[in-house]
Amino acid sequence: MNKDILHMRGITKRFPGVIALEDVNLTVRRGEIHAICGENGAGKSTLMKILSGVYPHGSYEGKIEFDGRPCEFGTIRDSEKRGIVIIHQELALVSQLSIAENIFLGNEQSGRCLIDWNRTNDLAAQLLARVGLEENPVTRIQDIGVGKQQLVEIAKALSKKVKLLILDEPTAALNDDDSEHLLDLLRGLQTQGITCVIISHKLNEVEQIADRVTVLRDGRTIETLDMAAGEVTQERLIRSMVGRDLNHRFPHHEPHIGEEVLRIEDWTVHSPAQRHRAVVRGATLNVRRGEIVGLAGLMGAGRTELAMSVFGRSWGTGISGRLFKNGHEIQARTVREAIGHGIAYATEDRKRYGLNLIEDIKRNVSSAALRKLARRGWVDDNREYAVATTFRSDLNIKAPSVLVGTGKLSGGNQQKVVLSKWIFTDPDVLILDEPTRGIDVGAKFEIYTIINRLADDGKAVLLISSELPELLGLCDRIYTLSAGHVTGEMLRDEATQERLMHYMTMEQEQSA
Amino acid sequence: MSTIVPTGVDKVSTADEEVKTSVGGRRFSFDVRESGIYVAFLLIVALFFFLTDGALLEPQNISNIVVQNSYILILAIGMILIIIAGHIDLSVGSVVAVSGAIAAVLMVNHNVPWPLALAITLACGALIGAWQGFWVAYFGIPAFIVTLAGMLVFRALTLMVLGNQGIGPFPDPVRTLSNGFTPSYLGNVGLGSLGGADLFSILLAAVAVLGIVVTQWRTRAARISYQQQVDVLPMFLAKILGASAAVVFVVIQLARFKNLPWVLILLAVLVLGYSMLTGRSVFGRHIYAVGGNRQAAQLSGVDVRRVTFWIFVNMGILASLAGVIFAGRLNQAGPTAGNSFELDAIAAAFIGGAAVQGGVGKVVGAIVGGLIMGVINNGMSLIGAPSEKVMFVKGAVLLAAVAFDVWAKRRGESASN
Repeated sequence: MNKDILHMRGITKRFPGVIALEDVNLTVRRGEIHAICGENGAGKSTLMKILSGVYPHGSYEGKIEFDGRPCEFGTIRDSEKRGIVIIHQELALVSQLSIAENIFLGNEQSGRCLIDWNRTNDLAAQLLARVGLEENPVTRIQDIGVGKQQLVEIAKALSKKVKLLILDEPTAALNDDDSEHLLDLLRGLQTQGITCVIISHKLNEVEQIADRVTVLRDGRTIETLDMAAGEVTQERLIRSMVGRDLNHRFPHHEPHIGEEVLRIEDWTVHSPAQRHRAVVRGATLNVRRGEIVGLAGLMGAGRTELAMSVFGRSWGTGISGRLFKNGHEIQARTVREAIGHGIAYATEDRKRYGLNLIEDIKRNVSSAALRKLARRGWVDDNREYAVATTFRSDLNIKAPSVLVGTGKLSGGNQQKVVLSKWIFTDPDVLILDEPTRGIDVGAKFEIYTIINRLADDGKAVLLISSELPELLGLCDRIYTLSAGHVTGEMLRDEATQERLMHYMTMEQEQSA
Repeated sequence: MSTIVPTGVDKVSTADEEVKTSVGGRRFSFDVRESGIYVAFLLIVALFFFLTDGALLEPQNISNIVVQNSYILILAIGMILIIIAGHIDLSVGSVVAVSGAIAAVLMVNHNVPWPLALAITLACGALIGAWQGFWVAYFGIPAFIVTLAGMLVFRALTLMVLGNQGIGPFPDPVRTLSNGFTPSYLGNVGLGSLGGADLFSILLAAVAVLGIVVTQWRTRAARISYQQQVDVLPMFLAKILGASAAVVFVVIQLARFKNLPWVLILLAVLVLGYSMLTGRSVFGRHIYAVGGNRQAAQLSGVDVRRVTFWIFVNMGILASLAGVIFAGRLNQAGPTAGNSFELDAIAAAFIGGAAVQGGVGKVVGAIVGGLIMGVINNGMSLIGAPSEKVMFVKGAVLLAAVAFDVWAKRRGESASN
């Protein structure tokens, strides 16, 4: 038996217009806990999806060798047969079924033809004991907390005779106690000979638990560090994750900043699913005329939730706090009111929340300000056409006419349609949520240029982005958000990726 | 015009040609999807024209097709709006019944003047729509469930109102609206071998044709002035000629029989009005926006719940209008009136090109869908086919129409990938 359980060599994965992974190498030793770190979008999840067969063999380049044999997985079932089990960030449990039913879902314990419920529940109880979960196997999933659900997922993995367990952000939704318990459990599994790959943003956890760490950045392997020696600090990891090269990916921009346009004061938002859980806690921030302000934070920090709750209370319950526009307090209880106050919000998920994909460019561009094109309730569709055509040429939307369906455009062009739609509402404040997500490099540059132009036109821009270089390259000022708190505010000149990452992760260690 | 459009974004002209050619191919398949319904209608008419040795398009038969299907077509207009918004209404048959019953009790039992009784009945329809709209829009219960409950409840109310027996006869004006024809205001003119025809009807047809030509021409001119793409002139003329010829043919045939049915004029007004509403009004656009992507509509400031509420109110009013017309035609409000009308209306909308997921559909499409079913009904009964065969064919046509739509859509999508 050799000491390495897994070799991934030269893995390259292309999506239309984007290279997600390029020549990535990963070696995992038998029985170790191996962490994979990187910024959002670095390619961690993609790599794990390739390993587990979510992206089938043939859709990527490179070789995978597991347990001394090559792997060509076509489906997740293939990888599970070999003992590789992945637990995704969003748990894959059926909440109306019992713990035992979930554990053996797709792997039902049957006698000759009927399910043997005694055997199912007995085996489930044994597995629950192994993961240290004291619950009756017939309890329904919806009646136990997220932390326990995570343990059920692991029990399910154990039922499949797992050799390599992959966990994607396992503690993202857990509180401190549950996280601690989970990490203990992983150490316990390690002694039983189970190898573990863990993707995590929480560097203190990585430092605590990992034997070795592989860092990915922009779809490439940067390095693999040995944590056992104890010389690798969190700062060292951050430096490796963010890299150093900030090349000429951003258009030059000279800001002309005026008076304050929007101020958000002591803003608190609760989750609609768990009404007692605050997702944004007492956030205070402001944006000025002609200024591009960044909002940095890791997944789950509450950036989108903050933005959407400000935009006509489109997200969350139990919202408190005050909004000021040009120094006067305003109310924005509905999207209509928010638009009326000159606030625009371009969503991070343009396909689900931004566009009507079965309609053409023209109708999407006009959809948030249709009344501007109407007289007594009747739309002038010739003017609508003219407006959309102007945006098409000014924002360089690549389509032969504005009558092309938005579902047929590339990501970059779809984003330009979304931007057109909001620019046409003539806003004073534009909240742009991940405006370059899933867009190729060329289109990104165009989007950056548009954002700069908007600022030059006197708009106040609040930019949410997971890409730190993007924030550093575009913003005049950056706030960091962590676990719903504003943890820092810095001017462009003071900001570095290391500093941002420090503030983005610090509150989680203390208050999560 | 917007002054805030950023200018001077670097133009990237590469790949522009590439985009053009590939999109050109897609537009074609989209057109097939849109115009397929009209072609299918013409083919079905032609088929039955030959199968019935021309009886299908005899003057009296055309009149029958219009009058017999008028209430389904009125329901289809309301239904298409609901389906575009992504909902469904199973209760319209029962609403037809209860409206007929209300109108009968008012007009026959209580001698309420017919215009007032009609207004009260339509108001009741609006209330019924508001009731269902409230549960769907503001309480968040799926329309399928709300209107399934409505189907039972309003049928039950019909029985209660009628005391389980038919009420009639209706006053003459109501029967005229359902069954009657425009009077011969200007006398007849001779049309050679075709015999005499009503001059007023023919003048009306001339006005309609003139209306079509003028509005289409002006729309085209305005589009050209905004540098939009339009059909080439021969194509444009051919379309106008085709539409005008259809109008003239139908009207002349009707004029040779008993002039124009009043319900035809009512239908023409409704189709025109609702086509304008869906195509050109802010409210109509919001219906498409809600059906196309509810969340995106919400985040664009569309009051999704308000839109949903009002299309149900509208459905209630149209269903009650159809109820009065149906009762007037039978000259009696009966407990089983409107049975399974909801299915005909829904089928008309889907045959007419509405999408099951919502966001797609046209009023004219639903009308043509309804006429396809009407022509099949009528044509098959002319050739003496039993009702089970008619039902069989209607079912097959519905499935085929939606299958074609799904296929055309899938083909359009795969072409874009």
